[in-house]
Amino acid sequence: MYPRLFSYHRAASLREAAGLLAELGPEARLLAGGQSLIPLMKLRLAAPPSLIDIGHIPAINYVKSSNGSFAFGALARHADIEKSDAAARIPILHDCAAGIADVQVRNWGTLVGSIAEADPTGDWAPVLLALDTQVQCQGAAGERAVPLADFIRDAFTTALQDGEIISEVRVASPRGKSGGAYIAFKRCAPVYASASVAAQVTMEEGVCRDARIYVGAIGLTPVHAANAEQALRGKAIDQKTAAAAGEAAMSDIDPQSDQRGSAEYKRALVRGLTAEAIQVAARRAAGERVEVAHHYA
Amino acid sequence: MPESATRVSLKLTVNGKPVQAETDARTLLVEFLRDELDLTGTHIGCDTSFCGACTVLVNGRSAKSCTLFAVQADGAEVLTVEGLIRDGELHPVQQAFVDHHGLQCGFCTPGMMLSAVQLLEQKPNPTEADIRKGLAGNCCRCTGYQNITKSVAAAAAKMGGR
Repeated sequence: MYPRLFSYHRAASLREAAGLLAELGPEARLLAGGQSLIPLMKLRLAAPPSLIDIGHIPAINYVKSSNGSFAFGALARHADIEKSDAAARIPILHDCAAGIADVQVRNWGTLVGSIAEADPTGDWAPVLLALDTQVQCQGAAGERAVPLADFIRDAFTTALQDGEIISEVRVASPRGKSGGAYIAFKRCAPVYASASVAAQVTMEEGVCRDARIYVGAIGLTPVHAANAEQALRGKAIDQKTAAAAGEAAMSDIDPQSDQRGSAEYKRALVRGLTAEAIQVAARRAAGERVEVAHHYA
Repeated sequence: MPESATRVSLKLTVNGKPVQAETDARTLLVEFLRDELDLTGTHIGCDTSFCGACTVLVNGRSAKSCTLFAVQADGAEVLTVEGLIRDGELHPVQQAFVDHHGLQCGFCTPGMMLSAVQLLEQKPNPTEADIRKGLAGNCCRCTGYQNITKSVAAAAAKMGGR
């Protein structure tokens, strides 16, 4: 399958990419890993007249640590993030990076590209929403930081303005006794998840002081599971409270029936994934090393 | 220099040999390898980034070559199944697939072997779970996964956990 003809422009730096974007207009698209863009172009769901390739800029392929936060450069790929200090320090990032699609896709796809695309089934968005995440948008007028919750507006729609580029995504290290987990249910590795749950809990004197829970692949954007969070606050986390939060999560979501399952099925899936993710998160908050993997049908 | 920005010039290394070419910017790496370099060992299965039959290594990283433009591999070293054989001798992964009946129809085999080579480079002593995770992006329509897994384990043993 061939995409529509496009003109190709290679940028040697982000600044040059910004200049090309201004010159080529808002229909131009940035090419980083291409793992979503290329399939979209082959199916002609996207037909940009020009591509600006930022994949040959080694300087933007980084994961940096500074002042208690981690910065992911525009070309930081999932496979590199999996092995980064950030993933070792914040296990929910490891769950996500190591579980996206398959080895080949993780070798090329980027975190920033995933956020820029805002696909409802993307893995990074629910995970990064469960943490404190800022999106650095660089434009002609300078750079602005947008909290991720404000950045994702709708399915495939973000707050990025014409001429802007995401230069990096910054994630604050959770403070105190905090732990998280991200678990998805997928038919097999290369397909989109049927549902996924990201949970980050912060404990104080044996009880949950704060919980951040987001459900992925179930709505047009990640769904904030506020009822599930409320079910945990002020309580010790055990099998029973985690199960109660799972029940509560069912009232947070409004899934649609599709080829990945009926609405009722997805509700049950989210109940189970939420309870599981919360229990793993609580054990990690207590300092335990716990490995989790997605569930494959 | 290409006349229009829809055309691109490429310089890369494929299976150790330098290649210089001009092609459409929209040419996929798999089409470039098959149609322009006549390296038809890399297969097109689903053409939708699912099946992994088109897996090759680009600078040592496995990639679905139906989901990369050829121009993304400009300046890179590409390894395809044709480059696994050395001095007339099969690569240990190839030999293991022969010895352990790791192929039935053979369509997915080139991609399976490149994914296996990538896996064994990163994990010379993989568990069965590691092998299954490493090959999760490769689909065998004959569903011959048991023997594929055995072949990769045998190749790892033969290569002696380098």
